[in-house]
Amino acid sequence: MFYIVQTALELGFLYAPVALALFLSYRILDIADLTTDGAFTLGAAVSVVVCGAGHPVLAIPAAMIACAAAGFVTAFLQTRLGVPAILAGIVTNTGLYTVNLMVMGWKSNVSLLRQATIFQFFRDYILGGGWGEVFLAAVLTVGAALLLVAFLGTRLGLSIRATGDNRDMVRASSINPTFTITVGLCVANALTGLSGALVGQSQRSANVNIGTGMVVIGLACLIIGETVLGKGSVLRGALSVFAGSVIYRLIYALALSSKVFPMEAMKLVTAVVVGLAIAAPSIKDWLAFQRRKSSARAGKGA
Amino acid sequence: MLRLNGISKTFNPGTANKKKALDGLSLHLAPGDFLTIVGSNGAGKSTLFNAITGTFYVDQGSISLAGEDITFRPEYRRSREMGRLFQDPMRGTAPHMTIEENLALAYLRTTTRKHAFFSRITKSDRAFFRAQLAKLDMGLEDRMGQPVGLLSGGQRQALTLLMATMVPPKLLLLDEHTAALDPGTADKVLRITREVVAEHGITTLMVTHNMRQALSLGSRTLMMDGGRIILDVQGEERANMTVSDLLARFKAGVGKDLDNDRMLLS
Repeated sequence: MFYIVQTALELGFLYAPVALALFLSYRILDIADLTTDGAFTLGAAVSVVVCGAGHPVLAIPAAMIACAAAGFVTAFLQTRLGVPAILAGIVTNTGLYTVNLMVMGWKSNVSLLRQATIFQFFRDYILGGGWGEVFLAAVLTVGAALLLVAFLGTRLGLSIRATGDNRDMVRASSINPTFTITVGLCVANALTGLSGALVGQSQRSANVNIGTGMVVIGLACLIIGETVLGKGSVLRGALSVFAGSVIYRLIYALALSSKVFPMEAMKLVTAVVVGLAIAAPSIKDWLAFQRRKSSARAGKGA
Repeated sequence: MLRLNGISKTFNPGTANKKKALDGLSLHLAPGDFLTIVGSNGAGKSTLFNAITGTFYVDQGSISLAGEDITFRPEYRRSREMGRLFQDPMRGTAPHMTIEENLALAYLRTTTRKHAFFSRITKSDRAFFRAQLAKLDMGLEDRMGQPVGLLSGGQRQALTLLMATMVPPKLLLLDEHTAALDPGTADKVLRITREVVAEHGITTLMVTHNMRQALSLGSRTLMMDGGRIILDVQGEERANMTVSDLLARFKAGVGKDLDNDRMLLS
């Protein structure tokens, strides 16, 4: 049990930036950014390759910059070339598959053999034991989240938030929505890249499918977090992302250890949970309408 | 201040739905002018505003503001110098952001320098916003941390007006901005409008469906039909004009009765 909690915390923190990225793109900018899956893989691939070349620390910003570039492509497609937002993400995502293979030297996976990772470095020199990894993951990702919250409080951050909230108003306030969407998607994908980079080094490997389904998992974390902590300010949103991410990994770990469903079923379960959660308002409306209809019929019969 | 030279705009050219929304329209506004605009449905009043703010580029003609040609300047850059209010109070503010954050965005207009990107709302900004909000006399200065979505339509419209004029724009465009409000609130927003415009001497264009308002507010009245200006009165002629005179002039000019489903003839 203790081990399960520890694993859930570690994975929860490692994957939290993906949910944070979706918080920015999906919740704040109101764009479903499907670049996420490919960007996560790109982050892991760049991180593992650069780490393999002997630069575990440099690997993290390198991965983030690569993913920001991927976000830029998606933003460019949708703001300048008129590609619908969802399609823009899919197009970039498809292209990224090849880019990811290229990064990994045309192999479908790369592993680190003896090279030091940031986690290993941290374990060896700063904090040993199983908690070292959890602690480092927490520090890096919470740090990134705090930076994001601070960023969203700046004029540029406010402009990005307004772009998702009321596009008419943004144009009337001398803000260029093309610019704010571009910055927003770059930052969001850099966060996804951070997550990929950390996961890659933590697993000491990356493969071309590591990011598959990441966007749905990220949404699941986001929604679970919002259900638990509620929506509200940006700070609360960022906090709820972490809560959601840890809870998701806890459920995941418990489900695995209790053998309720096999590991292969997790993506289906995640998809169902996300589908239902996003559909919840419609389902609620439909149920209320049915109840009203049946009570009206009953009233007429009496 | 604003000069429109023969601007034309045709929607859906070359199709059965072709519509000439602006037809070689010319207009010149002196600094401090306050124009009211009336016209039938589809006369081109909102299209005129869209052309001025840059929602689309005109097919022909040119637009200049304070001596600068802005014909091909994109909308977001024009909006540094223009404020615009729509009929729908929801369009001018971001509902999930706080009053303070909305004001900070409007305040962006002044800070075009690049390093201002990463500046945050300072104490002095906050004090300034507070003083500005107090002028609205709606108690909003004590709710600066609340999301704008919680405000009523009238409060949101008053806030939008403040956002549009806090940094006095060169041109203020009011598109029936009180039409969706209840009479009491509409009066209040109108009073604030008059005060703000007078205080800064802002050049203003206001579309209204209220004929009496069209004659009583401002210094000049335009009547539009079919994408053209068919009547332009000011000075003594306007001062002596009644609503029925205005309607008679419309009929004489167009050959049909003024037809606007929201028109108030009172």
